[in-house]
Amino acid sequence: MTTDQKLSNPPESCGGSGCGTRREFLGAATAAMATALTGCGTLSKEEFLQRNFKELSKQEVLDVIARLEKEYKAKFGKEVKVANTQPIPGVIFGYALDLSRCIGCRRCVHACVKENNQSRDPEIQWIRVLQMDKEEGVNVQHADAYYNPEEVPQEGHFYMPVQCQQCKKPPCTKVCPVGATWRDKDGIVVVDYNWCIGCRYCMAACPYGARHFNWGEPHLPADQLNPNTHYLGNRPRPKGVVEKCTFCIQRTRNGQYPACAEICPTGSRKFGNLLDKDSEIRYVLENKRVFKFKEDLNTQPNFFYFYGV
Amino acid sequence: MKNLRPSVPPHPVPPPPCGPVARKGSSMRLPTLSTLAAGLLILLGSSAFADPPAKPPSAKAEEPAIQEGIQVPKPPFSEGIFPCTSCHDGKSQKPDPRRRELTGMHGDIVLEHGPASRWCLDCHDTNNRDSLHLASGEKIPFTASYQLCGQCHGDKYRDWRVGVHGKRTGNWNGAKQYLLCVNCHNPHSPRFKALKPMAPPARPEQIQARKGGAR
Ligand code: SF4
Repeated sequence: MTTDQKLSNPPESCGGSGCGTRREFLGAATAAMATALTGCGTLSKEEFLQRNFKELSKQEVLDVIARLEKEYKAKFGKEVKVANTQPIPGVIFGYALDLSRCIGCRRCVHACVKENNQSRDPEIQWIRVLQMDKEEGVNVQHADAYYNPEEVPQEGHFYMPVQCQQCKKPPCTKVCPVGATWRDKDGIVVVDYNWCIGCRYCMAACPYGARHFNWGEPHLPADQLNPNTHYLGNRPRPKGVVEKCTFCIQRTRNGQYPACAEICPTGSRKFGNLLDKDSEIRYVLENKRVFKFKEDLNTQPNFFYFYGV
Repeated sequence: MKNLRPSVPPHPVPPPPCGPVARKGSSMRLPTLSTLAAGLLILLGSSAFADPPAKPPSAKAEEPAIQEGIQVPKPPFSEGIFPCTSCHDGKSQKPDPRRRELTGMHGDIVLEHGPASRWCLDCHDTNNRDSLHLASGEKIPFTASYQLCGQCHGDKYRDWRVGVHGKRTGNWNGAKQYLLCVNCHNPHSPRFKALKPMAPPARPEQIQARKGGAR
């Protein structure tokens, strides 16, 4: 078994036996307790009894999606499409960000919030742009995420946007006690919000600060809702679950670029199939100076930083 | 880790495919011979160039980028300025090839692109103002201005053609929209302009204050 095969079938992928733990735990609890856990006062019996997403049959998945679409329609008053688009065979996604071009304008941060239906108040952001000192180089001790001058780039600084690095060895999925998060075949690390118990172990395990928790009921005005969603991606989340960047799974599995790459005015963001030798991403990896963030941790990101100059 | 942005790459970059930019889903790279032939045809400005997209022949001649499989938008002309020949028709306005400071028309253009060694007619064609010209004298349309830029900025041109320099939108595995160099870099003042950053994230303490304490 190669490393890659191992990683596409991570041990936490819940062969059945391990998942009993959560079922027993919740089974002992009352429906009221479940309500408290999920923060959803109207938790239906079907939702309460829904099993791990990866164990569902095709029909069960369709039922779950139909139920969710109905719930979202009732909540937001408009049609929301919940897709379950599968990984494309022969595709592993890779991302490369040009540190010599990024000017730290945060257009990507806000395009991401819009596309992925994050809570607007408090606003959850999946991309964090770090302003760093040119003198110091890539050094998180000298990073500032809250910079807000009149104009960027600022003299003497460079900018490093950080989001989920879609690791080949993700520490976050390893620590999840219930198997609510895993690495899919195209390399995207996903979360099943209906299975997440909100323990936040994954947030503690992630060295990139890429996972975010819904402490309160997400506030998402209906007119700002993006109705084009994916079950494992940008569908509206309940309170009490962890969420993260999925390379815009709802877009990229349909062939489009992620929203952050589409918006970036400097063209710093490159995205494509790592297995396609003619792709932009492969050209970057083969011809530019590339590094991985916190490479020493051996998380093996599929997100790379490079210098385009 | 110092010296993050050297101005030259530490090792030479191999040349990209020189034919149509290879795209997944579109036809693959042409063999070298036909690539050369295609290049030659473009060089000769042949309007009889085979049969790419269903466009009238004149449009084909206008858009070499499309012949090369690159989809570029229109150049970002200022309002009402094109065609240049509506003023520079060679009759009422005789071309004056003397290098000088412009005072009347176009006085608003500040040349911040090596002004000591360059002026208007190095790029704009003296006898046909609706064209640009390469160093060789060959005329090219404004839609192919990237060829002009690429004469000096060869490394950027190479990266642009493979989709690494500059912005791409559309599909990672299909049709992509490119931008011309001049969509991001004003040719007269090419440095990328500074922008106002969008709102920073809320600090944790701000969230608590708004919600009346942590929950
Ligand atoms: S939009 Fe592009 S230039 Fe702006 S912060 Fe994001 S990556 Fe950097």
